[in-house]
Amino acid sequence: MQRRELIGASLARVRGASAAPARPLSDPRRGLSEDEARALTERILGMTTADEARVNLGSGWRGNTRYAVNRITTAGEATDAQAAITVRFGRREATVSTNRFDDASLREAVHSAERLARLAPEDPEMMPELSPANYRGIEGYAEATASLDASTRAEVAADAIARARSEGMEVAGFLEVDAGASAVANSNGLFGYHPSTGVDYTLTVRTADGRGSGWAQGGHRDWSSLNPGVIHSRAFEKAMRSREPRPLEPGVYPAILEPAATDDLIGLLASALDARRADEGRSAFSRPGEATAIGERILDERISLRSDPVGLGSSPFMNDGLPVTPVTWIDDGRLERLSYSRYWADRRGAEPTGFPGSLRMSGGDQTLEQIIAETERAVLVTRFWYIRSVDPRTILYTGLTRDGTFWVEDGRIQYPVNNFRWNDSPLTALAQVEALSRPVRVSAAREVPAVRVPAFHFSSVSEAV
Amino acid sequence: MPNRHGMPRRDFVKGATAAAGGLIVLPGLEGLARPLQGMQPGHAPYVGGAAGYVDPVVKELLLAALDAARSAGAEYADARVGRYLNRRVSTRERQITGVSDSESMGIGVRALVRGSWGFAATDALTRDAATTAGTQAARIGAANAAVERAPVRLAPVEAFGEVTWRSDYEVDPWDVPIEDMVALLLEANDVALRQNGVGFVSSGVHFVKEEKTVATTDGTIAAQTLIRANPSMDITAVSSDRSDFASRQWVVYPQGRGYEYLRDSFTADAVEAWSEDAVAQLSATPVDAGEWDLVLHPSHLWLTIHESIGHPTELDRAMGYEANYAGTSFLAPPARVLGNTRYGPEFMNIQGERTTPGALATVGWDDEGVPADEWAMVRDGVFVDYQTTREQAGWIEEQTGVRRSHGCAHGDSWSSIPFQRMPNMNLLPGETDHGVADVIAATERGIYIEGRSSYSIDQQRYNFQFSGQVAWEIRDGRKVRRLRDVAYQANTLDFWNAMDMIGGPSSYEVHGTFYDGKGQPGQVNAVSHGSPVARFRGIDVLNTGRR
Repeated sequence: MQRRELIGASLARVRGASAAPARPLSDPRRGLSEDEARALTERILGMTTADEARVNLGSGWRGNTRYAVNRITTAGEATDAQAAITVRFGRREATVSTNRFDDASLREAVHSAERLARLAPEDPEMMPELSPANYRGIEGYAEATASLDASTRAEVAADAIARARSEGMEVAGFLEVDAGASAVANSNGLFGYHPSTGVDYTLTVRTADGRGSGWAQGGHRDWSSLNPGVIHSRAFEKAMRSREPRPLEPGVYPAILEPAATDDLIGLLASALDARRADEGRSAFSRPGEATAIGERILDERISLRSDPVGLGSSPFMNDGLPVTPVTWIDDGRLERLSYSRYWADRRGAEPTGFPGSLRMSGGDQTLEQIIAETERAVLVTRFWYIRSVDPRTILYTGLTRDGTFWVEDGRIQYPVNNFRWNDSPLTALAQVEALSRPVRVSAAREVPAVRVPAFHFSSVSEAV
Repeated sequence: MPNRHGMPRRDFVKGATAAAGGLIVLPGLEGLARPLQGMQPGHAPYVGGAAGYVDPVVKELLLAALDAARSAGAEYADARVGRYLNRRVSTRERQITGVSDSESMGIGVRALVRGSWGFAATDALTRDAATTAGTQAARIGAANAAVERAPVRLAPVEAFGEVTWRSDYEVDPWDVPIEDMVALLLEANDVALRQNGVGFVSSGVHFVKEEKTVATTDGTIAAQTLIRANPSMDITAVSSDRSDFASRQWVVYPQGRGYEYLRDSFTADAVEAWSEDAVAQLSATPVDAGEWDLVLHPSHLWLTIHESIGHPTELDRAMGYEANYAGTSFLAPPARVLGNTRYGPEFMNIQGERTTPGALATVGWDDEGVPADEWAMVRDGVFVDYQTTREQAGWIEEQTGVRRSHGCAHGDSWSSIPFQRMPNMNLLPGETDHGVADVIAATERGIYIEGRSSYSIDQQRYNFQFSGQVAWEIRDGRKVRRLRDVAYQANTLDFWNAMDMIGGPSSYEVHGTFYDGKGQPGQVNAVSHGSPVARFRGIDVLNTGRR
């Protein structure tokens, strides 16, 4: 879909009202260009009389194709651009966001933000806007992704559907693309601009009788780095092998977690790394007195966890304009850093880190197949599902296994088993690791390995397939 | 057409262009393109239904989009112009942590071409952009039709012409000064912080206002305004030696109400009681794992209903349409399970509806121009019907005898594709008017649970695990002590068939969620669930404490 005009003038023409002349958005699949973003943020910042102000811009194009029961069920595309305007008077702050960029609408949004900010009580935790920073150029935009149009997406779906029809299987999948640019600017002259793309592809293959189910996934910034044929084969193979699962009693078993499952555990861990909660005594990393678990070995010593925005093509700035830097959270199993907001970092004399994103977990040099080949006995988990917090004191979660759970013995997959509900914590599950595969890119901003752990807590049987 | 519950459906105008069942023919645009009287620059066209008319500018955009889709080969199309407002205020202890407003506006068009769907959306609200979106939606539909073998067929619906509707709010939150909201929240925080043992408190509110106008080529243009409110509070007690902490959350549940709901939620008495819940949790007795009878309050049971009855009865899910994400359903295939599945005891009745005033999924018309409906899903314990859209109703017509869609199509934004979403689904109260105290009094050994907490269920909705905010041990008909670390696990049909006592109308309460997720890309849906108190025999309880 072409977006030929900025919204404001267009609205004005419909209404017969007057507004700033429209400038063409040269390419909706790139979102706003750097010049357009700079001009728009300057225009907005010029409208406010607040002590400080910041604008966050998001703009671009999204497209997706969805298929199920061996047919394309929905497909759509949308273009949009959104400006979030934050203004401050002293310690009073408010944010208003809008996707209407004509002068009158922007003025109304700025005034509305100013009005809300004046009404808001003082925030003692307010941090001043940042000074201009030099952001490193991070390549996160891939043409192959941005040009993945509806026909090309339909071809990918058609390939999976044709295979499902010929093999008597039923397939459902989702291919989602986004392309665009984000920008941040503030009243101190700070400006950052980052174009990026992302693509995620998943599919589920089920046997016609509903007694087998397999799933595979690929995610990247660059579509040309994904091989849909390989992803398809993985899902089809899982589905074939998962038919007629044998009953396995719940209990504590050694487990091989494929990268998608490891990724879930790492995500749970990352969200528990907040320094403030630890300092305030309400975190798994709080310790009696004023202490935290910093320096303690919390995971197997082969596990390190780092934020690597450059390597994963992520934005070089955070929402508030803070430069994103590489951070080592866990080093050889030891808790190195907790995550600090700017306010809490200032209070505690620490460096602000922001939320742990763009994560890379260390791995080994084996393949998943090699790990299976040297396994005496274990439950092989393809993926987890419906993970919910049970006890934040221990980062205990519950969830289920899904779409390919197998019994491995004597170095090979012996047979499929029923799915399980599990109750476990990344701190327990990853306390000891027996094997790690080479890390695998599981999404645009995450890379993790498959792992074999000696004990995972499967608490009841799930009949679901 | 019922005028639902006295809600003002002002100015029902049968549009001259909306011939029943036929295409809306685009009239001459000159007459429509004039600006509205009194419209100021910078003010968007009026998209909602509260004013009782369909804005001519909005109508022009919609008709342009539909006409373009038809010209590009669509046999059916619908288009929505939406304006979505969100206001969020959040606080912790004695300070504010966020005030934000957002507005998003645009148009989305869905086109059916040779039985295949295409969708396109743009934030540009011009006639040209609407036309381009309509054409693009049809092109995407055509690209998909190349792979198609089972064309979509839509259930019939009446042409309603131009209609309007607004939800049941008293005070529009956008008419209330933000300082009133903040003062109210900080006052509530203060009450909590005055309680011994409370270390932290956060509170907030999220208001949503949706103004949307949908037009279909079947002859309906419906303009609607919906407002809903989600107040929240989280009270945390930390033990004096920092060795333990406990929180009381989910103290109230969202409603399709305005500012008045926030105003009424945080009374001092209520905040004191929630604070006591948090502090008392630290010294509560760890539960003995094993089989227990459970007495579940509506503030807890609604989520169990949502997960174990709401999701498995989504027809798209049962048919495999959600297999790649949310999963499928144990309630399949429809031809085998409809009328043949005993969900629970004779006194179990589940109703689907989008009509209860103040409930979250209540609407005048859904996103396909289908009027709100009320229907039985479980009757006398037997499963009898699913949730449906126009695409789906025909799939089970033979079993249900129902030709119409139940009106469950919903897209969460102008840029989202409408698909089947959960209506309000309620466990109807029993005939005898037992209250909570009566059910507890009739229980020898059990656990009484209030409030939602952890919840998890498998992808076919058999195996689930839930926990609550507050748990009490019941002995000989009395609550004797607080318990902690309580979670129960069960299989859906075993659980519902273990229900042996149900409260009456006086114990019936409506709770719900703002953020039910479904679909790819993920969309949220707000939905309510009414329920009385109920008792379940011999349910497996775990102790989740691990310290």
